[in-house]
Amino acid sequence: MDEIRESLLKESKAARRDKFGRAISFSALLLIVVVVVSIFYFVASKGLATFFVNKVNIWDFLTGTKWAPGQVDAHGKAFVGAAPMITGSFLVTFLSALIATPFAIGTAVFMTEISPKRGAKILGPVTELLVGIPSVVYGFIGVSVLVPFMRATFGGSGFGILSGSMVLFVMILPTVTSMTVDTLKAVPRHYRESALALGATRWQMIYKVILRGATPGILTAVVFGMARAFGEALAVQMVVGNAALMPQNLTSPAATLTSVLTQGIGNTVMGSLENNALWSLALILLLMSLVFNTVIRAIAKKGAM
Amino acid sequence: MNAKQADKVATIVLYVIAGSVILILAALLGYILIQGVPHLSWHFLTAPATAFTAGGGIGVQLFNSFYLLFITMLISFPIALGAGIYLNEYANQKSRLTGLVRTAIEILSSLPSVVVGLFGFLLFVVQFKLGFSILSGAIALTFFNLPLLTRSVEESLRTIPNLQREAGAALGLSRWETVVHIILPAALPSIVTGIVLSAGRVFGEAAALIYTAGQSAPALNFADWNPFNVSSPLNIMRPAETLAVHIWKINSEGIMPDAAAVSAGASAVLIIAVLLFNFLARYLSNSLYKRLTATK
Repeated sequence: MDEIRESLLKESKAARRDKFGRAISFSALLLIVVVVVSIFYFVASKGLATFFVNKVNIWDFLTGTKWAPGQVDAHGKAFVGAAPMITGSFLVTFLSALIATPFAIGTAVFMTEISPKRGAKILGPVTELLVGIPSVVYGFIGVSVLVPFMRATFGGSGFGILSGSMVLFVMILPTVTSMTVDTLKAVPRHYRESALALGATRWQMIYKVILRGATPGILTAVVFGMARAFGEALAVQMVVGNAALMPQNLTSPAATLTSVLTQGIGNTVMGSLENNALWSLALILLLMSLVFNTVIRAIAKKGAM
Repeated sequence: MNAKQADKVATIVLYVIAGSVILILAALLGYILIQGVPHLSWHFLTAPATAFTAGGGIGVQLFNSFYLLFITMLISFPIALGAGIYLNEYANQKSRLTGLVRTAIEILSSLPSVVVGLFGFLLFVVQFKLGFSILSGAIALTFFNLPLLTRSVEESLRTIPNLQREAGAALGLSRWETVVHIILPAALPSIVTGIVLSAGRVFGEAAALIYTAGQSAPALNFADWNPFNVSSPLNIMRPAETLAVHIWKINSEGIMPDAAAVSAGASAVLIIAVLLFNFLARYLSNSLYKRLTATK
């Protein structure tokens, strides 16, 4: 009797295995969370050192226009003004999104409303393929085609904000387009039918019904594209000119947060002010990606109704 | 202008926009392939790179790209699989903690890859003293790859109908046994698609690798397959410049006399690889689905 009692009360082999599997899969999930937390911890601890260890005024850092962390001014303060890079990053991001949005929306509307057959056959697969093209390839085309073109058209070196924005425009175009197509497809069919039944022309239906209904999704797509543009490093670094100066016009060499980071981090000594200042730039990048993330969430929440 | 005229104008404008986008995209693809493909030759694909003279190849970089991809997948797939299983099969979907974890994964996927690379540099290259190595690079790429792969595993598991789970439970199987013996085999085709698609992304990534896997490609001795030798291709502690990093480096340094030709060829190789990954994903998922189910 005891044997039966014991076997009934004992945990079965299957239950033990289940516990084991649960623990293993849980630890995998935990690992991802640990990675996220430690990325924030390490980048923040390095990035904040500029302000707490090197005693740089955070306001001077954000608004100063001279970036030369190795040099000091008459008061012995280092030149760590990040404004040129912050401006550069925001400029290329907004410009590229500004150019890409009408093209992306137009193409997406064409693919879903005007000519679904051709859209599915040609445009769909091509945009999907282009989403996967590595960013250095975009940068290489920028260097070999776009920069000489800009040089011939606008004079100067050809490197600058405008070249960076154009490269980013082509880079985010497929992403924004394919996300917009998905939202347009999600607009229920009876919206279209009701609009047409009321006597609306196709354009009235598109403009007054479909685009209105898909606004949250389109906004999400654009913000997503902006987040990608803001964080893109190499493609921009190759064409922007890498001069940490306040951009005078769109065709003069400039710099972005990412371009300064990719160039500088290997040439500075760990723990020095030059190095810490670069980590502060990385921290700005990190916080901005959080901001983009929050915006996307807010749009999704509002759009869900 | 009345409504009908507006409709016509709008249609024409939309045609123009779509046409110009097709033109841009076609010019892009055409440029890379037309510029790059003539440079492709057996010599170009296998010879080591030369820094100061023309006529170098991309052999070592090509091997590094594939090897790094392999090591990255080796590390990231088990973690993503575990996390995906927990999220879809065990986690309480309504609990706040699960929501928080999902947010964390989303944030990780939206981080700029250069920040992920810098974190890898700080922690693994400097603190843990792994140096510029394949291992550091693979770990950085794992962080970059994990959120996408986890999400694709989770979504593949979600498409399996609950009937299967209930049937497993009714037969007296534990949840784990149901997952391993029923759910995973059913979800395998779409999991494989997810892996291959994310492989395409990892293959072309460069920003996360510059400061982790390094920017130098020491000569390899392809006759030496002992992973502990310095010049062995299998050694995971050697610095390894990949194809994407190579394109970036020769373009920004400008020392190599035929940099434009080499990067055109290398870009073509990258794009062809991405194309192949896309086709492979489609083919594998179809053929696996046919093999694992009774559908014809």
